[in-house]
Amino acid sequence: MHALLEFFRPYALPLLYALIIVAVLPLVAGYVVLMERKVMADMQVRLGPMRVGPHGLLQPIADALKLLIKEDIIPENADYWIFWLAPLLSVTAAMLAMAALPFGPAFQIADLNIGLLFIVGVSSMGIYGIVLGGWASNSHYSLLGALRSAAQLVSYETAAGMALVAALLLAGTLSMKEIVEFQQQQGVWFVFLTPIGFFIYLVASIAETNRAPFDLPEAESELVAGYMTEYSGFRWALYFLAEYANMIVVASIATTLFLGGWLRPFPGVHALDFLDWLPPMLLLGVALYCFYRTPKQPVKVQQGFLAAVGLLCLMLAAILGAALVPPLVRFKPAILGGFWFVFKVFAYIYVFMWLRFTFPRYRFDQLMKLGWHFMIPLGIVNVIGVASALVLHRQMHWGLAPALGATTLGTLLVAAYLAAVGRRYDLPVVGEAE
Amino acid sequence: MTDTLKSGFPNVETTVLGADEIILNMGPQHPSTHGVLRVKLKLDGEKVVGSECVIGYLHRGVEKIAEHRTYQQFAPYVDRMDYVAAVSNGLGYCEAVEKLLGAEAPLRARVIRTILTELQRIASHLLWLGTHALDIGALTPIFYCFREREEILKIFEKYCGARLTTHAFRIGGLQYEAYDELEKDVERFCKDFEKRIDEYEALLTNNRIWVGRTKGVGVLTAQEAKDLGASGPVIRASGVQWDIRKAFPYAAYDQYKFEIPTGRNGDTYDRYLVRMKEMRQSRLICLQAIENIPSGPIMARIGKVLKPPLGEVYHSIEAPKGELGYYVVSDATVQPYRVRIRPPSFINLQAFDTLVRGHLVADVVAIIGTLDIVLGEVDR
Amino acid sequence: MANEPEPKQPPAPPAGEKPSAPAPPKPAAAAPPKPEPLDNELVKRYKSLFGDAIREAWSDRKQAILVVDRERLREIAQYSRDDEQFDFLTDLTAVDWPKREKRFDVVLNLYSFAKNERLRLKAHAAENEPVPSVTSVWGTANWLEREAYDMFGIRFEGHPDLKRILLPDEWQGHPLRKDYDILTQDTAWVRENLGIESGQ
Repeated sequence: MHALLEFFRPYALPLLYALIIVAVLPLVAGYVVLMERKVMADMQVRLGPMRVGPHGLLQPIADALKLLIKEDIIPENADYWIFWLAPLLSVTAAMLAMAALPFGPAFQIADLNIGLLFIVGVSSMGIYGIVLGGWASNSHYSLLGALRSAAQLVSYETAAGMALVAALLLAGTLSMKEIVEFQQQQGVWFVFLTPIGFFIYLVASIAETNRAPFDLPEAESELVAGYMTEYSGFRWALYFLAEYANMIVVASIATTLFLGGWLRPFPGVHALDFLDWLPPMLLLGVALYCFYRTPKQPVKVQQGFLAAVGLLCLMLAAILGAALVPPLVRFKPAILGGFWFVFKVFAYIYVFMWLRFTFPRYRFDQLMKLGWHFMIPLGIVNVIGVASALVLHRQMHWGLAPALGATTLGTLLVAAYLAAVGRRYDLPVVGEAE
Repeated sequence: MTDTLKSGFPNVETTVLGADEIILNMGPQHPSTHGVLRVKLKLDGEKVVGSECVIGYLHRGVEKIAEHRTYQQFAPYVDRMDYVAAVSNGLGYCEAVEKLLGAEAPLRARVIRTILTELQRIASHLLWLGTHALDIGALTPIFYCFREREEILKIFEKYCGARLTTHAFRIGGLQYEAYDELEKDVERFCKDFEKRIDEYEALLTNNRIWVGRTKGVGVLTAQEAKDLGASGPVIRASGVQWDIRKAFPYAAYDQYKFEIPTGRNGDTYDRYLVRMKEMRQSRLICLQAIENIPSGPIMARIGKVLKPPLGEVYHSIEAPKGELGYYVVSDATVQPYRVRIRPPSFINLQAFDTLVRGHLVADVVAIIGTLDIVLGEVDR
Repeated sequence: MANEPEPKQPPAPPAGEKPSAPAPPKPAAAAPPKPEPLDNELVKRYKSLFGDAIREAWSDRKQAILVVDRERLREIAQYSRDDEQFDFLTDLTAVDWPKREKRFDVVLNLYSFAKNERLRLKAHAAENEPVPSVTSVWGTANWLEREAYDMFGIRFEGHPDLKRILLPDEWQGHPLRKDYDILTQDTAWVRENLGIESGQ
């Protein structure tokens, strides 16, 4: 008996973390959807969901309930087992990728020493979910949409991979935790060391999650309807959940590798230690705002709800503040780190949304051309650049900043060249101007 | 060479569907066809090799109705054709009947008509811009455009009580006097509007994705445009400088200074630029007009019962969509003998087949959008 | 429309001034110019080339109208486009005068970009007489002739694809004819396709 407990002891904490993630993720994804709708509304000069709960805060719950109780419709000639399996594959891949993500120095299910490889590999398995979903729908257009989606994802995985390699060269390790620790050691986030890599990863991650401006396979106004058409109710909810979970995974990878993970801005500079107080102050501000708006709500229930949200923020602010006070300072990295990580992930996702509502959509051939003729060559050149900079720094004892500066400049020149040359591959103009 | 298939593609050279060709139907119900338009596309993989537009889903027999109504009774019907720009339709009809009668609306009426018509032009182009951008994937401009359009519709509501199907003008002039704050409202709108157009242009004009989706898409040369009878921004973007407001001035247009924007290549991007510039020019016309609205009567003395002498007239105006013409035949009774409406959208839509050949399926939606058709006008 | 001086005279023309005058007031100033026969350079050129094929020429409300022979319509259209520079077909339509022997008036409105001038061509056609199609001259005519066929039943010879355009392909009847009552419909089609007894 004792041996059994001893056997399971190392698994206890990770299992707890895994349970937390699996339980909390759908809720978080739901609120990311709400955030998207609110941000969309804000950019479109309107308000967004306002009715269900104060300022629409209960909207995701209502949506989830609705999707759960919907009738399960399966097309007549669809292959039932694959139809059932496809969304599961997508969701499983996305959730599994979270196993190696460090949400803070203390909150990680598995600190694999091949962490990054694992995450990227497993999240690629989600493509199976898309292709099988399109195939199982037994519809010509769903299949075409699915294949297009898959082609897009694969192309941009390559580009994303190249960008990650650049950051890995700087870190020298695949373990997610050690990458962040390396950034802490250096005192600077990798985004400042390889901005081009960050840019490539940003664009590639948008394409990987099928977000605008790369969302042709799922756009409504296009003729080919996309792999999700025949799915309704809970199965659709799973696909949707997979998409947002993927967004969170991709944002987490970017945060860890480029944005310093759980580090606060300027982690090495002690003069800026007061920035540590930023999180609790921020949450205190949000809590006070909630309390301020509470009496203005029209209905008592909404008042109660908003007050509860305010209290929640207050509690979080208290926890964050407490972590800074001497007796509990040993928890500071864990708690504050968690906050910074989540904050950065949400900022990255906000940029996704911002881009979605600003830009029109790329046509599929333009999308593929961008990936293969611009992103991948640039990614490769970037890797060569960063590697050369490291050689210059370690072998020839240049400073890191000048070395990287020089190679970044070179990469930018190559980028300009690629952009100019790319016009040669544009589709020929149909017809001749007079 | 002009055999028709069972599916009805008279323009395609083969008589048998090749192994890789499929017929795709964009049915009358589709988010992007701007109304009940059915488009049959013959595809070779992704490329469109033939197309056919099936229309008539919104045919209401307006020309037949005209023969059974008096001249004044028919005026509200014309608003319902191009329901997006109702005021222009009314202007064309009222002016055509006035020509038939040999009357002319007094100057004050003509100036107010000009102001309202130019505002309507801006409103129509705003709706076009919003929906066209939405089809290409930009999700925000439509909301901004509708915000501006709302201001214009408020002015219409204050003037004649209706926002969309306004019946703002009467044969012989206007029924309602301009309300007290019309000039102030129009001035306020025009002052704000410049910034707004700059906003839309900042979002789209130099955006790489927008340019990539619209440049070189749906090219119509000037010769083709003249042959196919295209009018309005479609033919102007192909390089032909032709605007009925300058060629045969009507209402009070000969009093104002404005330019006719033209394009060079006749592609979707040029049509977009032409319409954006037209909005700016319309704003200038409005500003010039409100500076000096002459006083005087607003209705010509033509009596209540209109019986134009025998004869016929063709009168056209530059509607936002193109040349909107009215061919009215009178047999000296109170009801017109024949009213023929020359619909710009119908004739511009004919160019669709020429425009879409050789493009990808994803461009079809952009091309439908750039022709700026309103099915109410196509089908009448 | 030229700025004629008369609208600026607030003193009404004599006919409308008398309040005791019964009958609809007809201000003399608001009368259109009467149609008058036209014999300018343009008409002379047409007549010299086509002779009798140009039946009549007049101007109505200052707009030039030529009535031409139905059989030579395409020739005349070709000449108009190539030599007289009327390269834009604004409109092609028909009017039904059932009491006349040749009941249909096929009306072509032309426009010349170079000369900024409009011209109207008319051809009379009896009920079963085909009219030569001008699609080969102006591409616009394609749908316009289909619509004239749809609404009036006029057949255009040489049209690439003459079939109905606004009404369903199997509809019987031609609505814009004067003998087609406004409440008439093709009840058989309505019953079959819409499943209702009548569309009214």
